[in-house]
Amino acid sequence: MSEAAVAVGLSLPKLETVEKVTGRAQYIADLSRPGMLHGAILQSPYPHARILRYDTSAALALPGVHAVVTGDDFGEHRMGAFVKDETAIAKGKVRYVGEPVAAVAAEDEATARRACQLIDVEYEELPAILSVEEALAPDAAIIHEDLAGYFKVFPAISKGNSLSYTEIKEGDIERGWRESELVFENIFETPAQAHLAIEPCGALAETDAQGRVTLWSANQSVFRVQANVCESLGLPMSKLRCVTPRIGGGFGNKMEAHVQPIVVKLAMVTGRPVKMILTREEDFQMVRVRHPAKIRIKTGVKRDGTLVVRECELHLDGGAFGDDSPGVLGYALLMSRGPYRIPHTRCHGHVVYTNKLRSGAFRGFGNPQVSFGAETQLDEIAEALGMDPIELRLKNLMQPGDHWLGGQRVDSNGLADCIAAVREASSWDRRKALPAPPESKRRGFGIAVAAHISGLLGTGAIVRLLEDGSVVLNTGAVDIGQGSDTVLTQICAEALKIPIEQVSTASPDTDGSPYNWGTTASRVTYTTGRAVLAASRDVERQIKEQAADIFECSTADLELRPGGRVGIKGVQAKELPFLVVSARAHWRKGGPIVGSNTLVYETPTIDPKRAVALGLPFQQIGVYSFAALVTEVEIDEATGQTEVKRVWTAVDVGKAINPRLVEGQIEGGVVQGLGFALVEEVVWDGARLANPTLMDYKIPGTMDVPYELHSIIVEHAQEDGPFGAKGVGEISLVPVPAAIANAIHDAAGVRLRRLPMNAERVLRAWLAKEGGPKEKSLAH
Amino acid sequence: MSDIAVTLKINGRDRALHVPAGETLLETLRDRLGLTGAKRGCNQGVCGACTVLIEGQPVRGCLSLSANCDGSAVTTIEGLAKGQALAPIQKAFAEAGAVQCGFCSSGMMLAATALIVEHPRATVDEIRAGLAGNLCRCSGYRKIVDAVLSVIAGEAR
Repeated sequence: MSEAAVAVGLSLPKLETVEKVTGRAQYIADLSRPGMLHGAILQSPYPHARILRYDTSAALALPGVHAVVTGDDFGEHRMGAFVKDETAIAKGKVRYVGEPVAAVAAEDEATARRACQLIDVEYEELPAILSVEEALAPDAAIIHEDLAGYFKVFPAISKGNSLSYTEIKEGDIERGWRESELVFENIFETPAQAHLAIEPCGALAETDAQGRVTLWSANQSVFRVQANVCESLGLPMSKLRCVTPRIGGGFGNKMEAHVQPIVVKLAMVTGRPVKMILTREEDFQMVRVRHPAKIRIKTGVKRDGTLVVRECELHLDGGAFGDDSPGVLGYALLMSRGPYRIPHTRCHGHVVYTNKLRSGAFRGFGNPQVSFGAETQLDEIAEALGMDPIELRLKNLMQPGDHWLGGQRVDSNGLADCIAAVREASSWDRRKALPAPPESKRRGFGIAVAAHISGLLGTGAIVRLLEDGSVVLNTGAVDIGQGSDTVLTQICAEALKIPIEQVSTASPDTDGSPYNWGTTASRVTYTTGRAVLAASRDVERQIKEQAADIFECSTADLELRPGGRVGIKGVQAKELPFLVVSARAHWRKGGPIVGSNTLVYETPTIDPKRAVALGLPFQQIGVYSFAALVTEVEIDEATGQTEVKRVWTAVDVGKAINPRLVEGQIEGGVVQGLGFALVEEVVWDGARLANPTLMDYKIPGTMDVPYELHSIIVEHAQEDGPFGAKGVGEISLVPVPAAIANAIHDAAGVRLRRLPMNAERVLRAWLAKEGGPKEKSLAH
Repeated sequence: MSDIAVTLKINGRDRALHVPAGETLLETLRDRLGLTGAKRGCNQGVCGACTVLIEGQPVRGCLSLSANCDGSAVTTIEGLAKGQALAPIQKAFAEAGAVQCGFCSSGMMLAATALIVEHPRATVDEIRAGLAGNLCRCSGYRKIVDAVLSVIAGEAR
């Protein structure tokens, strides 16, 4: 582009910044409606039990109570992103401790909570399945007896408690083992991680005089909310309008349903608006977590460092309901070869039901788990071969035009530049020459790389030119704080060459917005951005048609000019403001100018000539972003505590539409990955969560995070991306655990294969190692 | 249990209220007065999203009983700007890109306001220590620290 950009590439402040810094932004808990009731939930005390009987009479008799609903009040309707296995509230059975069993609407929250305690439920306990091993045992109790009959959106391979089995094969794995000179095999384990958006989940529903429902909720997709509520309540989708307030963070936890179906039910039963906001404990107990994973990785190499073959076996603990689990499994397996040329690959695994809180989407979607294993093992291989870990990676790196596991060709690939950037910025090659670390500290450096997609499913955009020439953009994409409203507005403004202030962006509304699958899969900038650009071009075309009619020239002779004008190329005086064009369209000829576009991501993931895939729930996943991360850590010899001192991350995002927002995504992802690597773990004490509070579940605070957190943006344009852009939302989290594990090994000589790598685990590994610190050093 | 009469000077204005003895300042602000800028993130005093200033000191709204605050000056996020003119910390948060979802921002900016009064030349490490009681899950904190640094640099000039 010869002209200066008006919006794209500029670090403009987020559109809603002033609203947020003044406290005026309205989140779900801040909303209120006249005559509003408050809802509360009774949770299951058992992990697995049959519900025999309810007695709600005492609760109903409590003054101020308007309604009590139980499973008996809900029909046989089930929801689920991949397998329709979940009812809005427990029906017939409970399947995890904390599952909603009954709900109350009352005049105030305290009364609703008191009423819940007056509900008597009689249970018959069933054997609880609390691990993948127990679930797959031959005589295991079955958690979903009707699994075979559940509707599935893909040909799932399900059996017993195994919700989904997936396998992907490429090349000839047996030949691979024969050609390998060294074979490395390790098992890695990662725990459940809580999303911990600072805003707890909640919803507010209201019926109108015709019985139609409007639903506000903490969400990542008004359309997924609509689908889930309507599936689980048996409502036609047209009878439910879903809108969104501001969202206080969403990392996957607000993508699928939480309490929305129950709140809608209470509003329909009472005929009054009903609001329910979960407490932090309830949010921990009944929403979702990152899948606990066991990952076996076996890699064969030549002595010169050439990677020959990779096998990955993955067991995911899906918890009580399917949610996004089959997708997470399939995606994790697709990522398990990493961005490397490995000719022979077989990856396979199960996601399994257990009597625990459901696992679901969480930033990275299975990739952080497998990448922790794969990128840690690569470090071990480098060490065994006496190679620099960066050199081993560079030797085997996928090049632009190479094919991802499964066969998709990947042209936009800036990974080599990402690695070069962090190598340079971190002074990797001079790291051994640094001054000695403080006394009683050991220093280490680690590297890991990552790739991640942006894409998936349907999206759309509508761009309307108003009578005065100003523009309204409507996409249905929920901005969960990451800044997508701003980025999409920048894309629209750039395409129409108008100042960003001249574009207003509508809030997502299932009544008026085009479909948008959701704010997930790092997809909004890339997929919705494409739709915004195409819809803006549609408006441009119509503006030019109007102007051509007025000027009696060809549309090919016309150009958009900065500031909202259209003119004849080379004739400065011949131009019209958008106002004139739009007014004419509204009042005289052509009709109002509305540009629109919808699309679905449709490049196939699997090329049947290159690979075989069984039970894979996605046919078309997306385009690839790349990242490299180097970190420097110091480990305390006395405590085993790891302090992350510095981090350098480079991410190939195609094109940074708003560089400051891209940095925000990189920094936030790194820190969430740091929590996953070092401290975070949802712990079950038997069937019950042991740490469902912020007192007991730690996330990184300012003191746990280095100020030296350097983000480097690399731009290898994605040809079909808007202005070359691809996604950035998840990728920066992915390499963090392995980079830290590799740095810990560099510092202390111990390999940790289980997250979190907390002080106790590091110290135990270290003490067990010859040449590590001695017990006596702990005496003081 | 009878309600207790209290007078709170909220954002410069006296508010005479009758509150139950167990009502927290966060409940009073949000539910009674409609000042929803203070957020309930954990209701346990850990996350800091409910941070407000009492006599200039940052406190947890969820752990403070309104009945104990009688006669105190309370500053909430709604009281930081002067009309349409943002306070320096608000401007700095906006310009540094320190706000993502915004749910922690009110508490974070109030904690930062108190920090800057106490340590007008705070270093990076002093800022990190001063904000250690406020959790953010979106940002990674770097841009928050940068925002506070920019206020300090502006005021030091």
